[in-house]
Amino acid sequence: MRKYTDKKNVQKKPYYTDRFWVAPQIPKLDVSSDEVFASDVEALKANFEIKEAYIQRGQLVVYINASENVEVLTYLRDKLQYNFLSEHSAIDWLAKSGEFEIFYQMLSTSKRKRMRVKFFIKEKEPIRSVSTIYKSADWAEREMYDMFGVIVTGHHYMKRILMPEDWFGHPLRKTYPLQGDEEASWYEIDKIFGKEYRDIIGPENRDSSRIDEDDTYNFSRIHHEVAFGAKPSKEIVETDYQEEGGVFLVKKLKKADSKILEERP
Amino acid sequence: MQKVNKLQPFFENLVFERDDNTMIINFGPQHPSSHGQLRLILELDGEMVTKATPDVGYLHRGMEKMAENMIYNEFLPTTDRMDYIAASSNNYGFALAVETLIGLEVPRRAKTIRMMLLELNRITSHLFWLATHALDVGAMTIFLYAFREREYAMDLIEEYCGARLTHSSVRIGGVPLDLPENWITNLSKFLDKLPANLADYEGLLDQNRIWKMRLEEVGKITPEMAQSWGCSGPMLRGSGIAWDIRKEEPYELYDEVEFDVPVSDTFDSYGRYKLHMEEMRQSVKIIRQVIPMYYKSEPEIMAHAPKYISAPKEQIMTQNYSLMEHFVLVTQGMRPPVGEVYVATESPKGELGFYINSQGGAYPYRLKLRAPSFWHTSILQELLPGHYLADVVTIIGNANIVFGEIDR
Amino acid sequence: MAQHKINYLSEAGLPVALTTVDKLVQWGRSNSLWPMTYGLACCAIEMMATGASRYDFDRFGTIFRASPRQSDVLIIAGTLTKKHAPFMRRLYDQMTEPKWVISMGSCANTGGMFNTYATVQGADRIIPVDIYLPGCAPRPETLQYALMLLQKKIRTESASKKLKPKRLV
Repeated sequence: MRKYTDKKNVQKKPYYTDRFWVAPQIPKLDVSSDEVFASDVEALKANFEIKEAYIQRGQLVVYINASENVEVLTYLRDKLQYNFLSEHSAIDWLAKSGEFEIFYQMLSTSKRKRMRVKFFIKEKEPIRSVSTIYKSADWAEREMYDMFGVIVTGHHYMKRILMPEDWFGHPLRKTYPLQGDEEASWYEIDKIFGKEYRDIIGPENRDSSRIDEDDTYNFSRIHHEVAFGAKPSKEIVETDYQEEGGVFLVKKLKKADSKILEERP
Repeated sequence: MQKVNKLQPFFENLVFERDDNTMIINFGPQHPSSHGQLRLILELDGEMVTKATPDVGYLHRGMEKMAENMIYNEFLPTTDRMDYIAASSNNYGFALAVETLIGLEVPRRAKTIRMMLLELNRITSHLFWLATHALDVGAMTIFLYAFREREYAMDLIEEYCGARLTHSSVRIGGVPLDLPENWITNLSKFLDKLPANLADYEGLLDQNRIWKMRLEEVGKITPEMAQSWGCSGPMLRGSGIAWDIRKEEPYELYDEVEFDVPVSDTFDSYGRYKLHMEEMRQSVKIIRQVIPMYYKSEPEIMAHAPKYISAPKEQIMTQNYSLMEHFVLVTQGMRPPVGEVYVATESPKGELGFYINSQGGAYPYRLKLRAPSFWHTSILQELLPGHYLADVVTIIGNANIVFGEIDR
Repeated sequence: MAQHKINYLSEAGLPVALTTVDKLVQWGRSNSLWPMTYGLACCAIEMMATGASRYDFDRFGTIFRASPRQSDVLIIAGTLTKKHAPFMRRLYDQMTEPKWVISMGSCANTGGMFNTYATVQGADRIIPVDIYLPGCAPRPETLQYALMLLQKKIRTESASKKLKPKRLV
């Protein structure tokens, strides 16, 4: 019987886990410890529902409702001077709770502060586009759709950006293996030569330590080169870039005549 | 034998022939001046671009996915291949993010070495930018000159870490090696030489009629546009906003050195060219100030944190417990605390950010690379319309984009 | 790296060997190899450095051309991704015979460190490769040496054999 493996998270796992290991936490400071952030959170709380707010490693983290993302970001830009959206992407928690965590990384150049706006959505729940507020969200949302399959409504060109348009699956989900699925491994062969050439070209070699010493069709051992397809030999062959007899008009370097400079002029 | 009809499906959604006077041109992904694998679909009216659709992803190698399957130290060499023109600044950005995650203080000597490497990388990157940009615009001489200068800086970096391009010269918790003998002397020689050479280049370009005609009033980015599109680095300072992370949110010893942040108020490509030249001079100034700091510091190059960082080699070889810890760190990897950080550094291209979400395991749960070029490429859709086709090359070259970090 | 066996010799041309003419033609070809400016990733920077002032590729008769129609050598400098693979095949097909391919760097040889879903595991799955150049990234000297080895390889070939197109499948 085939061994059971968890398909929900196919990322690499450590081969050794300590049962008694309790991971330390990065402290979450109270918002009141920073004046600027305290007033920002107060202003946000007056207008929107804030689920949680804390400061971690000097940056404010605010959890909001998924339905209010456009309003919160508009308010942040217009009223609280967060004039940059520096990053926007998602985190896959599908295996744990069936949710995506979306984050917006904001920067205010006038206050010199960075904050993160976050919220959770269900797997197939669409979010509203913020590319009308910050144009930088244009490509970030496309990348998020490409990598996670998070659907963004109100975007002007919701297409894959990094992967080809006919790609199957969303690579950064935890269910997607690092080395790709069946579809991905034959992608270029199918596209260029056609499916019927899969057998001729053969599967990809994903084992980086694979060495076949008898294969002289694909491999050539340095100083043991033989003719194409011939049997491998132990004899040492000196490979030089020029034939013994010399080449017409092409000067050959004589090592004895060459001058080695101590230092670059 | 290959089937001819198999090679058709690239342009399936495009109609190249139009009834009105417009025309569609496909630019890239293999184009000598697209700085990598940028594909642009340009809609032209005569010679004027009316619509531009950049298409990226031809160098997407899945780095974020790799990070989720690797221990932190294992991922460090991969960051070299992001912005491969200034590899150390990527190494540094990642190392700083992990150090912030685990709350680590790096020894002072390591900080000085890191700063020298970062600024050297900035110089090589800007020289490379100048070389390729000038080549695209038609100034072949500058290409040859700037590459000559760049080789001197590459020699220095190579002498330090052994690699020309993919440095891995910064480690989590410090730097792997102290500076080799005579390195500072060679560095000082290079620093003495560089400003004179920069003046030569400026002599060739500044008042050059062709250079000015092709750069002035081309690719104007207004401050509002730059803010909205998330520009950073020289692109942002070229729009008149004085925002340099080294100055505003100082990391390492940048608060102890003196340097100016050049800002351009013309908003165009020519202003950004002047700005890049000035930044190289400032880098020279910074390295000159760091050299005495290096001599004054204690000879310690790695942070002491046995839970996260391996002990020095002599200690591993002589003490049993250090060896055991080293073994665990190499085979299983460090386990940072649960939490998330976003750390931004000023790379030569702009704001290089690393967002790390750690769940207390040896592998990052999510790692998002915020590469400046990605955002500088997205601005092309608003920047290119209204320019002539010949200016497209100027704007792409001027934006200083590198595809290793756009597609990651 | 590709698993299938590539037999370049099976598609041979004329059985007549014209030694002197052959030698002359191949000498000429080997000393005017024009590569295409085909930079994919990091190795492209080293390829540019090879073409620039310090390493000076031009002294080998190697002048970079921007068009596949004018070039003889395709230097695959960098990581080949699955999205880009059809374009590379198309560029290779656009090059005129005789043509040669140098696969520069580990990524182009085998996929290198990018053992991921998006990377082609060896450019020789798509097009036939003549010279594999190891390193990540190879130094400019390595590229020069690879080019000299390619020149040697061309000199030992027969000019007429190349007349038939070299196909992977």
